[in-house]
Amino acid sequence: MYSFEYHRPGSVAEAAQLLTGNEDAKLLAGGMTYIPTLKQRLAQPSAVIDLGGIAELKGIKEEAGGLTIGAMTTHGEVASSAAVRQAIPALAALASNIGDAQVRNRGTIGGSISNNDPAADYPAALVALGATVRTSKRELAAEDFFTGMFETALEEDEILTAVHLPKPEKAAYSKFANPASRYAIVGVFVARTAGGVRVAVTGAGPAVFRATEMEQALGGNFSAAALDNVTVAADALNSDIHASADYRAHLVKVMAKRAVEAAG
Amino acid sequence: MKVSMSVNGKQVSGEAEPRTLLVEFLRYELGLTGTHVGCDTSQCGACVVHVNGSSVKSCTMLAVQAEGAEVTTIEGMATGDELHPLQAAFREHHGLQCGFCTPGMIMSAADLLKTNPAPSEHEVREWLEGNICRCTGYHNIVKAILAAADTMRGAARAAE
Amino acid sequence: MVEKGIGARVLRKEDQRFITGRGRYTDDINQHGQAHAVFLRSPHAHARIRGIDTGAAEAMPGVLAVLTGQDVKADGLGNLVCGWLVKSKDGSPMHMGPHPLLAQEKARYVGDRVAVIVAETLEQAHDAAEAVVVDYEELGPVVALERAHDAGSLVHDEIASNLAYDWELGDKAAVDAAFAKAAHVTRIDLVNNRLVPNAIEPRAAIGHYDPGMDHYTLHVTSQNPHVHRLVMSAFVGVAPEHKLRVVAPDVGGGFGSKIFIYGEECVVLWASRKVRGRPVKWTADRSEAFLSDAHGRDHVSHAELALDQDGGFLAMRVNTKANLGAYMSTFSSCIPTYLYGTLLAGQYKTPAIYCDVQAYYTNTAPVDAYRGAGRPEASFLIETLVDQAASEIGMDPAELRRKNFVPKTAFPYQTPVALTYDTGDYEATLDEALRLVDWKGFAARKAESERRGRLRGIGLSCYIEACGLAPSQVVGSLGAGVGLWESAKVRFSHTGKVQALTGTHSHGQGHETTFAQLVSEKLGIPYEDVEVIHGDTEKTPVGMGTYGSRSLAVGGEALAKACDKLVEKGRKIAAHLLEASEADIEFKDGNFTVAGTDRSKSMGEVVFTAYVPHNYPAGLEPGMEESAFFDPPNFTYPAGTYVCELEVDPTTGTTEILRFVAVDDFGNVINPMIVEGQVHGGLAQGIGQALLEGAVYDESGQLLTGSYMDYTMPRADDVPSFEVVTASGTASHANSLGVKGCGEAGAIGAPAAVINAITNAIGRRVEMPATPEKVWRALQNTQTPQAAE
Repeated sequence: MYSFEYHRPGSVAEAAQLLTGNEDAKLLAGGMTYIPTLKQRLAQPSAVIDLGGIAELKGIKEEAGGLTIGAMTTHGEVASSAAVRQAIPALAALASNIGDAQVRNRGTIGGSISNNDPAADYPAALVALGATVRTSKRELAAEDFFTGMFETALEEDEILTAVHLPKPEKAAYSKFANPASRYAIVGVFVARTAGGVRVAVTGAGPAVFRATEMEQALGGNFSAAALDNVTVAADALNSDIHASADYRAHLVKVMAKRAVEAAG
Repeated sequence: MKVSMSVNGKQVSGEAEPRTLLVEFLRYELGLTGTHVGCDTSQCGACVVHVNGSSVKSCTMLAVQAEGAEVTTIEGMATGDELHPLQAAFREHHGLQCGFCTPGMIMSAADLLKTNPAPSEHEVREWLEGNICRCTGYHNIVKAILAAADTMRGAARAAE
Repeated sequence: MVEKGIGARVLRKEDQRFITGRGRYTDDINQHGQAHAVFLRSPHAHARIRGIDTGAAEAMPGVLAVLTGQDVKADGLGNLVCGWLVKSKDGSPMHMGPHPLLAQEKARYVGDRVAVIVAETLEQAHDAAEAVVVDYEELGPVVALERAHDAGSLVHDEIASNLAYDWELGDKAAVDAAFAKAAHVTRIDLVNNRLVPNAIEPRAAIGHYDPGMDHYTLHVTSQNPHVHRLVMSAFVGVAPEHKLRVVAPDVGGGFGSKIFIYGEECVVLWASRKVRGRPVKWTADRSEAFLSDAHGRDHVSHAELALDQDGGFLAMRVNTKANLGAYMSTFSSCIPTYLYGTLLAGQYKTPAIYCDVQAYYTNTAPVDAYRGAGRPEASFLIETLVDQAASEIGMDPAELRRKNFVPKTAFPYQTPVALTYDTGDYEATLDEALRLVDWKGFAARKAESERRGRLRGIGLSCYIEACGLAPSQVVGSLGAGVGLWESAKVRFSHTGKVQALTGTHSHGQGHETTFAQLVSEKLGIPYEDVEVIHGDTEKTPVGMGTYGSRSLAVGGEALAKACDKLVEKGRKIAAHLLEASEADIEFKDGNFTVAGTDRSKSMGEVVFTAYVPHNYPAGLEPGMEESAFFDPPNFTYPAGTYVCELEVDPTTGTTEILRFVAVDDFGNVINPMIVEGQVHGGLAQGIGQALLEGAVYDESGQLLTGSYMDYTMPRADDVPSFEVVTASGTASHANSLGVKGCGEAGAIGAPAAVINAITNAIGRRVEMPATPEKVWRALQNTQTPQAAE
């Protein structure tokens, strides 16, 4: 690891201030991706601003018919939260399957979505549920937040503070995990909401995306059979040593069907 | 910078750079070499310790992040000469061979049994996703954890 | 009878320190004044090193030395060697390219050591490593084994081609004749996937040169510290053998990968001298381990089996291309030859077998022994070939095997590929395995799976291995550069306590327990009174170490012999004390008794007398300490039957192992608990090879599976609980204990059982690792395309 300064601010405002004055400073959430990155000397921040001491970034609240989850809430907390299990059980199930137990004890929802790993689980949930991302500066729709592979709409001096997830009528997430990393080779989150059916896919492409053809098919008939005639094009999908694009395309459909079945 | 925390019930402090990992602080500053490092991608789990009661990978946490925390390592599991039931069960059921992954396995399993005192074999195997063992094929590790869960439930009943 | 002797399920002595965090592994050791080493490794698979500028790095804070291949050369250090000379068909010796401690003219694989940086702290060494400027001229890499022969580029410029040797074994003419009259010929092409050993403790070394004593000490993650000492002194020349102490403390798993003498440990020892006696420590991180530990397997084979009209095996013909990687590692040459070709008879009485092997250099990490070493490759090949033959001729795979087994009455059995099997009962292990798994009830279980949309399969593997390496004369005649005996010393103290010193090394196998049981039984003393000492060349007698399932069969036998000598000496002392004839003294349960009387002396009394020889036989040396060496007359031949039953989800291609039954014949067993544990571990590695693991290099020679993010290690939820039976042994004749060795069996037998089960489930064979995608793709090719579920 390269040497860096360490800060542990007590408030978002303080963190934002530290970030503003320090061009090469980086925010540290749970550190499950960033600390390994530092260890491999793939990043050389001047300072690391640890968000772990900011109470206002933690916790799960029921709000406006949905849930608001603080950015520094761990996967383990989401998985075991009674509120989440009650309002969006699919999200609790998703969180309970991220990484391993120790990753879930440290890794946070804010860290995960800010990193926007193309194989991370949360982005699929946020996009499918039509979540709103809250930052130190603004609110924006999840779909506008995830802009590309490892890229988000976050600006250099902007801090993600929370996500708000409306409660769906039904939802489920189905994941085909990479056997080595346990990230998603393909993960499909299906949600039926007041505004229609939304299907978001992670792992398969360069970043999370909506499967609009599936959404249309499920809009008329929310059943696995409704997806029978939907074709998933392999062209834009990832191909690597773990799965080729056409296998991924096949899995998108399989996982979507499983999610629909699980959603009931 | 100076870092202070409670390790295995004792207040300790030592020097750590911001980039010092918790595992490095434990191993090199405190000489607690029971916590091991087996990978650099936070997957093998040889470094698992408890921080404020939950299991974490001490290779993926900075020592400064544990400032003020209560840390338990494998060295803190036994009470005097009395082994923790998991330690005893690992020995009783041959749940270790080379011993390198063992501290992390035991620390991880201890966290499981805290939240789920009666896990099924399937639940134990799923929980151990973050702990890699190359020697045992996991068979006897799983057996040991299930046996320890039994023992601990028995002790809990007896204490009631 | 001693309570915890041979056959007892004794809990392990070594566990106390490991479960309490008090193990002492190499990286746990820190020495006064210790400096840290970091190796700069080649980012290119194949590149000429035009120059290395170390100036900037040397000027960085805390840097003590930056050393390169040119410094190695200037100091006159020798190269790493391969200790087994294999000859090609034409009698010419194998072509061994120079393997320097640090790359000199060329870097030959990604991860090849190019320089070492020694600094006060590890981070300073890392910082300085980034400041070393290497001028590389990239060369065309040789990566794919299938194209190594005409890659248009030479890994070693000194050698005319990338072919290291072209070896053969067996009677080609007899095989050709048998094929000519065969009723049926089964042909198979298969890949034995390249694996990364992945002991969870990464390799590490601390070198210390003491200028005052002119003495060297190396702490190293080694399975065989004396072999390290030998190679480092005799070939590398970094220290003279009598002034070099090699200590292998607790070692966190080896599986072969810590047999070898690597450049890193030689360099840290030499570097300690260069920095005027500061201890120099290096610990690999996992990424380095992936790049630089010797890998395993990596064969591409074509095999043919000739059968008569009744399914009798007439002959087998095998061609194998083996990947050696960029350099010949310590024992690499014998793996795809003498540890492979000689096992191709399997459990069968196939009368004629011919095998030839072309071993190639490629710009990849060196390949050497990994758990099983050659024998898993042989077993996998035979057992998939036999299954395919059964399928082609429409015979039950169990019955085809049974028909061709070497019968119980045929031992000792001379195979057509050089080995003589001493004992075995292959039908017994097959029958027991079939009974346990309920082979006959499979059809009903398959139907039940089908109702749930799952494809159920069952697969057999009847493996054999040659263990207990090895009879020195035999291996010597085949090219081994060393003898493969083992040594022991057993030492009583005044108080009757025993230190048992062994030349083997335990890194998970539980020698401290098993050997104590053995010595306890032999000497009739309590198990608790025996302490086993290993892993330090200045404590233990010269030994050859632990690999090839040899520790008990060879090292244990040496201990037994030393114990026998102590008993014989004790008999003399007891006869004197009891005023009886030596011939009348019987030794049993720790007591020397005058036959037919109740007059006796305990071992303790005899030992005390030996050390306080006030009343003592004339001419007899005082003391109770004996050494023994044992060179086995033959290999041992563990064998058994494994059955895997699994389900495939045709929608995704995912495989779930439902049951795994292993019935092994390990001969006599000292500690069943430990033996079962060894089998479990081997099975997980074998299942890992079959389903999960595979090292992949891209075309440019970059390792794509360079971490646990991409290389799939078996986890707890990937494997089932195993059903292991080791009770039905036939005692080996190669040692007095009747033991055969158990460390490698699981990894040898399991892959074929898994792959045969998948083939049985889906109707065609897929290459290892049988990932969901491969299985799914195979199903797409066999079935009409179906809509996803």
